[in-house]
Amino acid sequence: MADVTATGGTITYREAVAEGIAREMRRDPTVVCLGEDIGAAEGVFKTTVGLFKEFGPRRVWDTPISEQAIVGAAMGAAMTGIRPVAEIMFSDFLACCWDYLANEIPKVRYMTGGQVTVPLVVRTANGGGLGFGAQHSQAVENWALAVPGLKVVAPSTPADVIGLMAASIRSDDPVVFFEHKGLFASKGPAAPEGHVVPLGAAAVVRPGADVTLVALASTVPVALRAAETVAAEGIDAEVVDLRCLVPLDMHTVLDSVGRTSRLVIVEENPYQGGWGATVASIVADEGFESLDAPVRRVAAACVPLPFADSLEQVVLPTADKVAAEVRRLAAY
Amino acid sequence: MPDAVALYRTIRLIRRFEERAIELVRSGDIVGGVHPYLGQEAIATGVCAALRPDDVITSTHRGHGHVLAKGADPARMMAELAGRVTGLNRGRGGSMHAADFSLGILGANAIVGAAGAIACGAAWAGMLAGSDRVAVTFFGDGAVNQGVLLEAMNLAALRRLPVLFVCENNGYATTMPTAGAVAGTITGRAAAFGIPASTVDGMDVSVVLDAAREAVERARAGAGPTMLECLTYRFDAHHTFEHRVRLRYRDDADVAAGRSRDPMQIQGARLDPDERTRIDVAVETVLDEAVRFALASDHPDPAGALDHLYASGLRARPGVA
Ligand SMILES: Cc1ncc(C[n+]2csc(CCOP(=O)(O)OP(=O)(O)O)c2C)c(N)n1
Ligand SMILES: [Mg+2]
Repeated sequence: MADVTATGGTITYREAVAEGIAREMRRDPTVVCLGEDIGAAEGVFKTTVGLFKEFGPRRVWDTPISEQAIVGAAMGAAMTGIRPVAEIMFSDFLACCWDYLANEIPKVRYMTGGQVTVPLVVRTANGGGLGFGAQHSQAVENWALAVPGLKVVAPSTPADVIGLMAASIRSDDPVVFFEHKGLFASKGPAAPEGHVVPLGAAAVVRPGADVTLVALASTVPVALRAAETVAAEGIDAEVVDLRCLVPLDMHTVLDSVGRTSRLVIVEENPYQGGWGATVASIVADEGFESLDAPVRRVAAACVPLPFADSLEQVVLPTADKVAAEVRRLAAY
Repeated sequence: MPDAVALYRTIRLIRRFEERAIELVRSGDIVGGVHPYLGQEAIATGVCAALRPDDVITSTHRGHGHVLAKGADPARMMAELAGRVTGLNRGRGGSMHAADFSLGILGANAIVGAAGAIACGAAWAGMLAGSDRVAVTFFGDGAVNQGVLLEAMNLAALRRLPVLFVCENNGYATTMPTAGAVAGTITGRAAAFGIPASTVDGMDVSVVLDAAREAVERARAGAGPTMLECLTYRFDAHHTFEHRVRLRYRDDADVAAGRSRDPMQIQGARLDPDERTRIDVAVETVLDEAVRFALASDHPDPAGALDHLYASGLRARPGVA
């Protein structure tokens, strides 16, 4: 990414979450946070470090374990002049407050004829790979994708966390912001002050000529590893980081497929109803002439995520699985 | 503060609005039916009379009374019920979703119990903005068994949010009698969180107004939430579909007993009869005009069916085509 330089040093993905929020809280006094253990404890994933100290209990609200009230209150505040950033500790728990994300937040603007904006962010730790078991590991970005009215963001790098957090908090539309648990410890170049990544702009993170890999959040490093593997075999893979599911940057995807004629979609949510199905259907619909091979999807298996490492690896997309699909398509 | 005449006028307006709306359901001009607020008019009227214009309310599936009492234009409200583009929500909401944010009406909400948490957030936003405005959330006896309402009360109590929880106990949740669904008491739920709660006569607007005033003053002074349980009776159907499909859950004697105290008659009796007649005539004129306006208004342009989803103008269907 041209606008992110290594000269500013490196930062972890988890530090980037807190930094991204802090920058917006400094910039705009109406930005507030609420959620479980986000205050003095600074978040169970340490993604809100420094916020309580800098902004105090008035703007950083340590709430009880009440997912419905957290998200419902965020909505009420967002409709009346505040920009709340609500944390749902694990994305699996979105199910506990799904009414607000399915029936209330995304519908109120439409069903009141555009009278109101709902500028809120629901941040949540998503995905597997850490051995937390089935109720703390699901990748559920496809749940949010299924609801018209939400914007859906899922960064893969620390700089993107900061840039997309800025865009999400400034958005007048509600955003579900998926932070990947498996990426929290990863490091990357720090983002310069004022760094904003617009919603709906995918990034080509590895150019290539032979096959397009479309990835999101945790599957971006998976796709990049697969691309390195097949590069040694003479296959030149391009990797597209979608960054957002809504808005969905199909220009970048179709442009890439137009050049490579082959597409592998790498997604962590389950195959059935996963976001890759939407991407594939649009490519089939609008980019059919570009394709020289079937579209392949490497997604999680359609089971709850199992606990044991050896089983988790069977269910989740891996670089080996992606490389195998790339080879099949290259030989097609 | 409104006098007896103004209170009566609002009750009368809601009563006749509902009766006119039911006529339009029967004539087919309102599709999807309505949940009539008949019998409960004193609650919306009394509570909203205790509010300032900048205070906010959330309403329910049975919301016409709340929306009118907070000041919505009856003509645009009727147009919304009839699905017209001149409606409060440009015809996108209908009976169960009428809203007017310019008047602090954050919307009727058809998910039973969901609005309490939203009201908490609006109250919190007011505190953050340094305002002393309050948020009122109306809900039925059925909603007190929704977990989210308990979450909301807990939050409001912890943060001393300026919220008024107004339960309209009208005896039934659809066909379920209150006693069959509520273990313990309604006010006991609030008391569990240390929220002051009282049960009042929801048929007498002056009683409701007094109780609401006290609760609103408490909230404005920073003393936190209050719950009012207003005892009332649903005079008409749960929903107008019940006019055609008879649901057996209350008998004629029950209905007669419930209707024996009528909030409109109770308040009307406090007025000079001539004055009362003048108000009745004036309200009828307003509603004649509301119905005329609604039925003369255009239906929404089909070309706009995808508008108003995202503030950014994004269309829901992705792709470049
Ligand atoms: C979450 C939810 N469950 C069920 C319904 C269907 N429903 C609509 S109104 C209603 C009864 C509500 O009773 P109450 O809260 O007492 O309000 P009332 O209708 O008596 O005004 C039900 C069950 C709903 N709209 N939302
Ligand atoms: Mg009821």
